Amino acid sequence: MAETVVFSRPQALAAVQTHYCPGCTHGVIHRMVAEVIDELGLRARTVGIAPVGCSVLAYNYFAMDFHEASHGRAPAVATGIKRARPDLIVFTYQGDGDLASIGMAEIVHCANRGEKVTVVFVNNAIYGMTGGQMAPTTMPGQVATTCPLGRDVEQAGHPIRVVEMISTLRTPAFVARASVHTPLYAVNAKEMLRRAFRYQKDGTCFSLVEILSTCPTNWGMPPAEATRWLEKTMMPYYPLGVFKTPERGDRAPRPLAAEEAVCRTM
Amino acid sequence: MAKKLMKGCEAIGEAAIHAGCKLFFGYPITPQNEIPEYMSHRLPQVGGTFVQAESEVAASNMLYGASGSGERVLTSSSSPGISLMMEAVSYLAGSELPVVIVNIMRAGPGLGGILPSQSDYFQATKGGGHGDYRLLVLAPWSVQEAADLVQDAFDLADFYRNPVMVLGDGLIGQMMEPVEFGAERVPCKPLAPKTWAATGCDGSRPTNIVNSLFLDPEVLEQHNIKLKAKYDRMVRDEVRVAEYFTDEPYDLLLVAYGTVARVCSTAIEDLREQGVKAGLIRPVSLFPFPYAAVRAAAAKAKGVLVVELSSGQMIEDVQLALRGAKPVYFKGRQGGMLISPDEVAESIREVLAGGAVEVVNG
Repeated sequence: MAETVVFSRPQALAAVQTHYCPGCTHGVIHRMVAEVIDELGLRARTVGIAPVGCSVLAYNYFAMDFHEASHGRAPAVATGIKRARPDLIVFTYQGDGDLASIGMAEIVHCANRGEKVTVVFVNNAIYGMTGGQMAPTTMPGQVATTCPLGRDVEQAGHPIRVVEMISTLRTPAFVARASVHTPLYAVNAKEMLRRAFRYQKDGTCFSLVEILSTCPTNWGMPPAEATRWLEKTMMPYYPLGVFKTPERGDRAPRPLAAEEAVCRTM
Repeated sequence: MAKKLMKGCEAIGEAAIHAGCKLFFGYPITPQNEIPEYMSHRLPQVGGTFVQAESEVAASNMLYGASGSGERVLTSSSSPGISLMMEAVSYLAGSELPVVIVNIMRAGPGLGGILPSQSDYFQATKGGGHGDYRLLVLAPWSVQEAADLVQDAFDLADFYRNPVMVLGDGLIGQMMEPVEFGAERVPCKPLAPKTWAATGCDGSRPTNIVNSLFLDPEVLEQHNIKLKAKYDRMVRDEVRVAEYFTDEPYDLLLVAYGTVARVCSTAIEDLREQGVKAGLIRPVSLFPFPYAAVRAAAAKAKGVLVVELSSGQMIEDVQLALRGAKPVYFKGRQGGMLISPDEVAESIREVLAGGAVEVVNG
């Protein structure tokens, strides 16, 4: 009887064990990125950029050429690669501390220049690798090692919503937020990643997909509970969906006269 | 090719293009803005790319990506901007990426001023970024030499897979002089294909990882040992130094680099007519520093006068070279104040008359 392969490791994923903790979603996201790259036939001309954070060793897990960037600078490195070699498919893989804190300038300007690169932004609301410190995306009241009484928004401000902010830029882009905490959401997340890489393949625009992620180790809860916490706490604040597409990305201001009319009626 | 009158900054940009540089990433800062301005119109003419980055931090990391892709790439800045690039410089050295960085020095510390200075000598030659690394540092004294050294810098960077810094001051960047570019450049080093670059892997070779992270201490130590061996080869093979007025006997040896050395040579020439004898040695490579040449030249003098636009930085290398063999004196100006040939001549007379205070301890 002939064998039919129904499931295998993506070619773009290296045959190694990762160092990720049980219940962490980096592994799922790595796999989906690799599947998308394989399905679009991009592996031989793809160069990835690993960040500083839990996914710092991503270059060991993807079977493709890679750069290891300094903390937060992956979008600048991506810019350098794409400008040097526009024929390459370039993606960064970054966490919330890397992208939304120390690398905020780099991500905003990379998006604003409309660099034709893809950003995979994994938001788990905490600094994982350094041991659970407060992140720019840590939820109000969420306990972290540097906010032991929970995030105080009076002191630390509110969590930063990256895709909302990036989607205000006038430059055409594909900007979306997804989650992988259940298989159904993961299917949707993969579709967002596929669209992001396809836009780059077609040379259309910058693309960024934020993916909500769990960190059972540093959240201090079992994986199943972490999944529920993500759905209950993070998803209402970080709504999922497509925030901007190159076809419908123009957030032109309303005419001033119309705004004044609104003011007068208030 | 005919000589052309060019501003130093423009000559530096044109030199990079002659060396095959296709990419420039930078951020505006005085007094070197003419370099990015020149590159922004010139690079597109040769099929290259110019990007004005959001900061020097970003520009230097764009350099990282472009160099890691195997292309020749340049950035330029001035002192405060170079400080911001120091993170990337350490990573570039750690990842063994060839880039050329031009620092048109201005006076510091802090925001300092916008006028010429040589107060980044320590930063350029002794570190600046973290970790055990070295930059090759070349210091031109004329617009022509700036153009020549920038072209050599690209070859040296590729040969050693290391960042190379061309260290000029505001004078080099802003003054106009005749400059000539050879029609056919011959690289100053043999250049190998960049098989290490991350350019996409179709399976015909192992994947290339541009990286400075080595979590295993034994592996990291071996990486550092490999880097040290490279820096030792630079010390052995890349010393560049020029001597002036040393064919005739001299009582005092001057040590100066960059435009200050030109001021010194004018002073020495004036004094020679009056029977006062001084020689001049000019380090062209600041790393590697020409220790042996300075020591040999000093052996023929009664003392050594170091002249810098700083409060005394290169003087420490001169002291290392002499190891106490000769008394060392210092003349410096700071804050963007320049030094005149008359001032240097006065210092020379003072030292020879026994009226100057010896610098005993750095």
